[in-house]
Amino acid sequence: MKFGFAGLVAAMIAIGTPAAYAVQPDEIMSDPGKESRARDLSRELRCMVCQNQSIDDSDAPLARDLRLLVRERIAAGDSDAQVMDFLVARYGEFVLLKPRLKPHTLLLWLLPPLALAGGGVALWVHGRRRARSAGQDNSTAGLSADEEIQLQKLMAGEVSSEPPS
Amino acid sequence: MIAEAGHYALVLALALALIQAVVPIVGARLHDPALMNVARSTALAQLLFAGLSFAALVMLHVSSDFSVVNVFENSHSQKPLIYKITGVWGNHEGSMLLWVSILALFGGLVAGFGNNLPSSLRAHVLAVQAWIASAFYLFILITSNPFLRLGNPPIEGRDLNPVLQDIGLAVHPPMLYLGYVGFSISFSFAVAALIEGRIDAAWARWVRPWTLVAWIFLTLGIAMGSYWAYYELGWGGWWFWDPVENASLMPWLAGTALLHSAVVMEKRNALKVWTILLAILTFSLSLLGTFLVRSGVLTSVHAFATDPTRGVFILLILCLFIGGSLTLYAWRASALKQGGLFAPISREGALVLNNLFLTTACATVFIGTLYPLALEVITGDKISVGAPFFNLTFAPLFVPLMLAMPFGPLLAWKRGDIVGAGQRLMAAGVAALLAIAMLWAWTRGGATLAPLAIGLAVFVIGGAISDLVERSGLLRVALPVALRRARGLPRSNWGTAFAHAGVGVVLIGIVCETTWNSEYIASMKTDDVPQVGGYALKLDGITQRQGPNFRENVAQFTVTVDGRPISVMTPSKRNFTTRGSSTTEAALLTRGVSQLYVSLGETGADGAIAVRIYHKPLVLLIWFGPVLMAFGGLLSLSDRRLRIGAPKPAKSSRALQPAE
Repeated sequence: MKFGFAGLVAAMIAIGTPAAYAVQPDEIMSDPGKESRARDLSRELRCMVCQNQSIDDSDAPLARDLRLLVRERIAAGDSDAQVMDFLVARYGEFVLLKPRLKPHTLLLWLLPPLALAGGGVALWVHGRRRARSAGQDNSTAGLSADEEIQLQKLMAGEVSSEPPS
Repeated sequence: MIAEAGHYALVLALALALIQAVVPIVGARLHDPALMNVARSTALAQLLFAGLSFAALVMLHVSSDFSVVNVFENSHSQKPLIYKITGVWGNHEGSMLLWVSILALFGGLVAGFGNNLPSSLRAHVLAVQAWIASAFYLFILITSNPFLRLGNPPIEGRDLNPVLQDIGLAVHPPMLYLGYVGFSISFSFAVAALIEGRIDAAWARWVRPWTLVAWIFLTLGIAMGSYWAYYELGWGGWWFWDPVENASLMPWLAGTALLHSAVVMEKRNALKVWTILLAILTFSLSLLGTFLVRSGVLTSVHAFATDPTRGVFILLILCLFIGGSLTLYAWRASALKQGGLFAPISREGALVLNNLFLTTACATVFIGTLYPLALEVITGDKISVGAPFFNLTFAPLFVPLMLAMPFGPLLAWKRGDIVGAGQRLMAAGVAALLAIAMLWAWTRGGATLAPLAIGLAVFVIGGAISDLVERSGLLRVALPVALRRARGLPRSNWGTAFAHAGVGVVLIGIVCETTWNSEYIASMKTDDVPQVGGYALKLDGITQRQGPNFRENVAQFTVTVDGRPISVMTPSKRNFTTRGSSTTEAALLTRGVSQLYVSLGETGADGAIAVRIYHKPLVLLIWFGPVLMAFGGLLSLSDRRLRIGAPKPAKSSRALQPAE
């Protein structure tokens, strides 16, 4: 497991130029609304030379270029979707940290809900089968007529029903 | 001399492991106690030799013997002693040696403390451990020998990556490995049960404490790593959904599920087949993590293809153990008897629900981590799967899980009363609604989801407290009686409550940090005074300092609240001359469980320095939560039932024991 996070940390630092971390003071837009849009978009975009980092977190020069590009497009009046489309057209799907739903990412998006649904169905089927096979088995469930009568007598008697805790 | 001795010790450990892998099984087949007991002595001897080998590498690093490649590449004579020692596992070869040493440690522990195990079960468990150990000894000896010598020993080493020269490296990897490798015990028990074709509640009673130990270490290891990244990286991120992190999260999720299903097995003798499968999967995911990180496949599929020796070797180990154990499972699992029945609404049912959501969460991480790799190999398309994907798919799975969490401990075994449980959780529910209402009123127009999430966390914590209140009868009986009862509760009840509350605590930390985090990023000059989160930070000036193997620029900030000085913060930037690289040492000021976080960037031509200041409200809860969880685990571990151990089997029975 290498050194876990340390490996990650080392990888990040090895890739970027040292010392500059993520968003730099000179990049920030004067309009706070636009800046916060830029930050939100940055978190969805990958720094392509880094290992799984968003351009908002990365200190690589490429990430800086992308951050400036995003801000340029926002300043030019693009909507969020237009900015994303522009970057995908330029750099490909690889730039998106959250892949779009397309034929080749269908499984990626569908497998988690399918796993949950499949697990749920499997449990339900399994539970029913167990219950049914147990129902046929007199030893664990289902009482004979005699036993029912005996039970009725007991219940009518002094046995108080203690709630389970 | 020391290097050769270490190398030789490792070869001896391999030889011992090979004996341990075969002889006990033969012994079990022939019902020969002497042959079966070979496992015990070889496991202990193996621990001795693996330990000697590891000690040899530590000595080489401490004495800065640069004639050894591993020391030359990762050490420096001027490096502080603590980092000379921790540098042993700060590289591929050394960390693999730590991995096998811990594996040998667990084998030795089973041999040493497994006296009450049926001898054939112990023989099988130790043999399976030895299979794993042999594979990894071979891996180290063939592809990653840490004791290789250099022809012309250089005078000075290349130094350890500066980022790793941190106390985090001393604690995080050993903890993480104790977790990962600890799960090998549950794996070995599962495989042994499959080979023997026999499993009972006593089996779960032995497996549960081992799983718990591994889980406690893994929980702390992950939290530790997250905090390390938080203060070392310089922008206060604490979780990145990076494949390396996911590699540790997957065994944790599966291991958490395993802990819960083992409870059902121990108490009710149900879910046997599923528990076995989880035990196999949990360790398989640990192995997968090893493969992902060690093979270089993460950096690029092509990097893996160009230098394949190590990657292919680990891939082979992976296929052998995962494929082998799953085949064995498919073949033998049907032989295991199904256990007790239970209604859907019951403690068992709740634990099954827990397992469903935890395994799905684990599957989600698995898919998100491996899908891009698989897609690139198959079609050549490159896509990225990062934090936004995981946040979107992972979070919805935890909402129902956490909603159901307080109900579980309040339901009875076999058939529970959900309405009754709901009534007992009324107070927790009211507290949650109050929290939501108050937060909404307070943050009007702010984030809508955050108050709901906090409400959920309050419900989970309140539920954990309600459980204890219910069990001790507080509010129903006189206080002294309730206190006495509370003290008399099984420790595992306390453990459950602490661990569950810990999950709620983490959620509060995560929500507060992400929603109400304030930041200030600017170029600052001396005497600038920005305001962040109610604090004023004045930059007093920047000075230069010389460290043992680095030079650093230290900025000094005076922090004031309402004009009253409360502290001084000194973030710095370190330059390491040997590697020509630098690190950011962020300054942290803890106020309660919130933190001020200051890190430095580049110094501009005009003398202004780029500064990032964050105020992170309640951020420490993110790591206190796991500590609470681990503490809960410790409490469970100290439960009387586990301390005293399982009852000895009666002479006549074939080691089959009643569940209770």
